[in-house]
Amino acid sequence: MNSNYKFTVNGRPVEVTGRPMARLLDVVRRDLGLTGTKEGCGEGECGACTVLLNGAPVCSCLVPLFQVEGALVTTVEGISPSDQVSELQRVFATEGGVQCGACTPAMIVTIRALLDRHPKPTRDQVREYVSGTLCRCTGYERIFRAIEVFTGQRKAEGVSETAVDEGPPP
Amino acid sequence: MNKRNAVGQSILRPDGLDKTTGRALYLDDLPENGCWHGVTVRSPHASAVIMSFDVSEVNDPEARVVFAKDVGRRNSVHLIHDDWPVLAEARVNHVGEPVALVAAPTLARARTAAQAIAITYQEQTPVLSLDDALAGDPRTNGRLNVLAECAIEHGDAALGFTQAHLVIEGEYSTGHQEHAYIEPHGVIATPALDAQGAFTGIDIVGSLQCPFYVHKALTYLFDLGPNAVRVRQSVTGGGFGGKEDYPDMIAAHAALLARACGKPVKIVYERHEDIIATTKRHPSRVRHRTGVARDGSLVAMDIDVLLDGGAYITLSPVVLSRAVLHAAGPYSCPNVRITGRVLATNTAPNGAFRGFGAPQTLFAVERQIDRVARTLGIDPFAVRRRNAYREGDETPTGQVLTESVSAIAVLERAAGATGFRERHAANEIARQNRKDDGQPLPGIGLSLFWHGSGFTGNGERRMMSKGALRLGDDRKIEVLSSSTDFGQGTEGVFRQIVADACGVSLRDVVVHPPDTAAVPDSGPTVASRTVMVVGGLLHRAGVKLGQTLCTFAAYQADLAPASVILRGGFFETVHARTPFAEVAKAYLTVHGPLTVEAQFQPTPNSTFNEETYQGDAYAAYGWGANVVEVEVDPDTFAARVTRLTTVSDVGQVIHPVMCAGQVEGGALQALSWGYLEEMKMKDGRYVNDRLQTYLIPTMADAPDMETILLENPTIHGPFGAKGVGELPLDGGAPALVQAIENATGIPLCALPATPERILEASRFLS
Repeated sequence: MNSNYKFTVNGRPVEVTGRPMARLLDVVRRDLGLTGTKEGCGEGECGACTVLLNGAPVCSCLVPLFQVEGALVTTVEGISPSDQVSELQRVFATEGGVQCGACTPAMIVTIRALLDRHPKPTRDQVREYVSGTLCRCTGYERIFRAIEVFTGQRKAEGVSETAVDEGPPP
Repeated sequence: MNKRNAVGQSILRPDGLDKTTGRALYLDDLPENGCWHGVTVRSPHASAVIMSFDVSEVNDPEARVVFAKDVGRRNSVHLIHDDWPVLAEARVNHVGEPVALVAAPTLARARTAAQAIAITYQEQTPVLSLDDALAGDPRTNGRLNVLAECAIEHGDAALGFTQAHLVIEGEYSTGHQEHAYIEPHGVIATPALDAQGAFTGIDIVGSLQCPFYVHKALTYLFDLGPNAVRVRQSVTGGGFGGKEDYPDMIAAHAALLARACGKPVKIVYERHEDIIATTKRHPSRVRHRTGVARDGSLVAMDIDVLLDGGAYITLSPVVLSRAVLHAAGPYSCPNVRITGRVLATNTAPNGAFRGFGAPQTLFAVERQIDRVARTLGIDPFAVRRRNAYREGDETPTGQVLTESVSAIAVLERAAGATGFRERHAANEIARQNRKDDGQPLPGIGLSLFWHGSGFTGNGERRMMSKGALRLGDDRKIEVLSSSTDFGQGTEGVFRQIVADACGVSLRDVVVHPPDTAAVPDSGPTVASRTVMVVGGLLHRAGVKLGQTLCTFAAYQADLAPASVILRGGFFETVHARTPFAEVAKAYLTVHGPLTVEAQFQPTPNSTFNEETYQGDAYAAYGWGANVVEVEVDPDTFAARVTRLTTVSDVGQVIHPVMCAGQVEGGALQALSWGYLEEMKMKDGRYVNDRLQTYLIPTMADAPDMETILLENPTIHGPFGAKGVGELPLDGGAPALVQAIENATGIPLCALPATPERILEASRFLS
């Protein structure tokens, strides 16, 4: 039976009518139109559907709607304002953290939460915190490195297109 | 011309920010605009005759059901041989084979209708493994059911064995591997209808690697002209070969339903369905007989390759071809005989998976080389260094390696960067004196491998791919090709190649999305061919486009054509520097848009004979060496990879960060195929047919990686670049298994190196 649920998504209060056991994943994607969150397996294994629930990463495919009543939900769309890109998102792209991109929104929200807890995480802290999200493309090395660049532990390898275009003086 | 500004620079990939912000729209993110939903009814049996179809319990008046009888006479996926039915008609040959399709206005209604369809079967004895297949196939009256075969003869193997100091034999096997791209298959098919509502064509948007494969399959299926079918790629969340051939199938299904209901139809697979229905890496069994001299030199090799093709031929002949062509490894041997066969089984067809047959045969030959080393008491580095190809050596197909040969370079660099020889030797000694104290056992392993770039043999000559550049009214140079990006960064590297080929800025180059209605057929995005082959076409087109504009600029300035050059975004003469956009604007005003097309040009004097398997198998080869470090738990035999060092010669690095990303991502897929990923089967059904039970590496499993890229350029690629996509798949598993052997003394011959398999091998040893 449908009920009304009130919660906060990316800082905005929302009210959703739905079945109590509706998956938060479907609510976010279909009802709220926030398609940045992906479905990879539907059983909490791949982590592509990760969102933050009261600041902690959860698989939104395993979270029933009734459970988010009154909660704070953050999706990838809430990491930066709609027409902007946060520094984490920029560095993640320039340092090779992204390939196919299907896991990337989940990686971004999870790493955001990680950095709130460990501002300069070690690789083992990253491994422990982020291992719930599978990436099949990168082998994870460039994801580690992007985090290390973002947190000032490593020198950036990416270069700006403008710098390349301007090149050395003629 | 050809000055490198952009090539070699790690610029932001064009899709990077859309992907990190979640704005990139994948198939399931696209607006549905009232489309219907399709579901597939699949066989529960591995081998059965279909006795009856019954739709009387389907109560939804709007639901549309499609069976084989509704498909028409061209009921096959048009790929190499037309033996793969779009829908099974009289019999089913594997669990998960599509038997019926249902479309309805909602997914829930489509599922309900699908569940109401009753199909009865009479089961038969299935062929489920290479052992079953070798015992004879009921479908071919008990004879061997051979889907493809080929053989290579080089020198005189029989004579070579008589001259050998020792003859060493070994048998090696590998299993299925699931691609596990994070975005499952998905497609939307929109029908074109005439005024009377009759079906006249189809528009496909999908998560796919090869738009023109889908185009070819659908024009064949519906017997339509080329303009009646249009195929576009949506942002694609991984492929690894898994979206090479299967999109033909799912697009055909959606198109059949769209024709039946007259509405756009969307099909998106759930993970479980994706795993049971789609292709896997071919399981293999490779037998080696190797004759060696006292010093470890190879004298004769006899190699027999068997691949499990699954139920239909699909891409198996070309997978086999690449498998046998890589089977002797990057090693010189005067007398070689290689035979290869693909046998049919009753499992889902095995197909393209990054590496395409080579990882299987390279695992076998690397293990065999280790066996040679062990038998002769030589270390793994020395035996490889002694036999590795040098420039001027001849491969088993008689191809003389005249350029860009880096086997020794990558091997020495990998060993040097890791202290391999000393550490391997130290572990061997430590193992002899080991106390049983429960401490993890350290091991280190080395592999050497090669990978042919581009299609095998005459593939490129047959394809005659095209690529084009178009200077349009916006004064941008637009790249027109059918090469798809499903993670590799194709769009970015094409811009870099074209910018430098023309001599313009990156901001002057844009890439048209793959769309069969708007781009020429540059061939499929497979076989490590995108940068070397298609990038090469775009490079040629770019040089020509630059020259055309220089000629124009010279004419405008009343100068000789040769006195103007275009570089760094400026037309330069001795007197002046004019921005590209200014000359482009003038050109467009006078002549209108400029399109320059380039088509594949075969290397003069290069041939390959597909009957004798003699000639130039590949235009160029990438070379790699891996060093894998492991710790093995002495009680549980669980292996953990602690560090991976890769050395790869890719000719020329176009984009260092993305190139390294290809190597690292491929290498982890290779390692996990080596010790983690195992598709278990019972009665023809994959037992672990979901991500909860089919394990791929998490970040906790990922070792730290050192990625060394070497540049030994080839004349066959743009700026010397060779392919990098598949090379990283070839060396992880054998180096890992050698490292486990170094740690435990247990030589494994079969993948994956799970604790169970190591334990079994240890029992055999004692």
